[in-house]
Amino acid sequence: MTALAVHNLCKTFGGLRVSTNVNLKVESGERRLIIGPNGAGKTTLFNLITGELTPDDGKIRLFDRDITRLASRKRAHLGIARTYQIITLFPRDTILHNATLALLGLSPLRWNPLFRLDRQQQLTARARAALGRVGLAHMADRPLAETSYGEKRRVEIAMALAQEPRVLLLDEPFAGLSIDERRDVRELLKGIPRDVTVIMIEHDMDTALDLADRITLLHFGEVIVEGTRAEVVADPRTREVYLGE
Amino acid sequence: MNPRLLASAIAVLALIAVPYAIQEPYYVNIASQILLYAVFALGLNVLVGYGGLVSLGHAGLSGVAAYAVAYLLSSGHGHAAAIAGGLAAGLIVSAGFAALSLRVSGITFIMITLALGEIIWGLAYRWISITNGDNGLTVNARPAPFGLSLNSAAGFYDATLLVFLLAIAACAIFVHSPLGAALAGTRDQPRRMNALGFHVWMIRFWAFMFSGLLSAVSGILFVYYNQFISPQALALTASAEGLLMVISGGAGTLLGPVVGAALVVIVKNVVSAYIARWNFMLGAIFVAIVVFMPEGLVPGTVRLARAGWRAASRRTTPAPAGATGAAKPGEAAAPVAGQKP
Repeated sequence: MTALAVHNLCKTFGGLRVSTNVNLKVESGERRLIIGPNGAGKTTLFNLITGELTPDDGKIRLFDRDITRLASRKRAHLGIARTYQIITLFPRDTILHNATLALLGLSPLRWNPLFRLDRQQQLTARARAALGRVGLAHMADRPLAETSYGEKRRVEIAMALAQEPRVLLLDEPFAGLSIDERRDVRELLKGIPRDVTVIMIEHDMDTALDLADRITLLHFGEVIVEGTRAEVVADPRTREVYLGE
Repeated sequence: MNPRLLASAIAVLALIAVPYAIQEPYYVNIASQILLYAVFALGLNVLVGYGGLVSLGHAGLSGVAAYAVAYLLSSGHGHAAAIAGGLAAGLIVSAGFAALSLRVSGITFIMITLALGEIIWGLAYRWISITNGDNGLTVNARPAPFGLSLNSAAGFYDATLLVFLLAIAACAIFVHSPLGAALAGTRDQPRRMNALGFHVWMIRFWAFMFSGLLSAVSGILFVYYNQFISPQALALTASAEGLLMVISGGAGTLLGPVVGAALVVIVKNVVSAYIARWNFMLGAIFVAIVVFMPEGLVPGTVRLARAGWRAASRRTTPAPAGATGAAKPGEAAAPVAGQKP
């Protein structure tokens, strides 16, 4: 079954064409890697898929449901979760509170003005479990402002995983990490169950390559090459555009 | 007993004791003023402190409620009907304000709330058949709930204190609730909140309504306290004064707006008796706060107290270096790093 289908998607910022007839078909459970040089329109594509941007033309379907015009928050409720390239967390709060907010976003409890949020045992237990999956359970009560960059990246991933998405979008999950941290995050991503479809933007080919089933190469907002790992790496256009040879 | 609960209980008892302690009706009235402005500042703080939405039109919301009460009373309705009408008018106008202003945030939000507040002021000034224009409306009598007269300074203080306690309790409950946490989330990362599944606009709308409700309540207290309402109470300076209370006391804290209200009311009423140019005094105090405690009086005092306590405990117990640090590595560094993120 197709988890996510993008059909002839177009987006321009003023005169700048950032997405031109982008077509993408990601099967359920697939690991898709999206590569391309800076300015290729990778993050824009994510923003179009999550609804943070509205396309000028084209269609987006999630499990055969047209979500092209659906509000971003509703897409979250349908099972799309994402992480951000530039860390986008709640710096005044604890790690646990960050994870709790991710769970609260999909819970009907979010409209409740009377209960104490920190007394919602079930929610807190699930938030701690999500932090446990990324190895941060022991520092759950620490303020986010006192954590390292690598830990923040893992909080991002924990928040996305906590939402139990059907489609998970990871925008450069390895950016700015040390070699050790890269290894940890890679193991973490490998451990994501196969009922989750994962689409990942990443520059670090060495780390990301063996996570991917298929690879899409974007350049100037267009899909240049798409295929299996071996096909894309072997394709001369990949070398020309991306590897700069 | 929980120390926080104990401190709250002592504070409530102290507030109840105020009229007995100071006797002098003039000063009891100033205490009432502090509490009714504190309700206004608490309401404004919901938006400014927790929602990150700075409003310069909130005097319009309390003003509408005040005018509705005065108008309904002057047209022969009872106090219960007038108060209900005041609350309803305040909430309806709040919904209108919210619908128009929440399309934007940041500076544009400030400008739109300012413009809406000025429209209400203009109506109060010009819609003479309802508002009596510049002359204002007088309220002949205060209500007497359950036969208790509110005519004396102490009687009115008790009623205001009750309303104030309800208001601050409501704020405390709201701030710690899931919806309160969601509001704070929309202040810090609106985009992320949207992607997490939160309805950012609707969260802000309900926050605006809660804020508007508290403004209306303070407007009703105001009109009964003064037994008079004129366009002056709705002017931009009244909104700005509320903002001054919130920011000087500490936006995004429960006690900050209360301390800020006390500061502004005391400077306005008490200091003005000794210094003719009390506005200058208020400005100087505000500048000092911004310089020494930019986060506001309440969080600033907490910060200084913690630093002082740490310095004192270091001096009295010269523990071997690393002894305390080794025991609790995270906690020792925590408050220092938390001060200036």
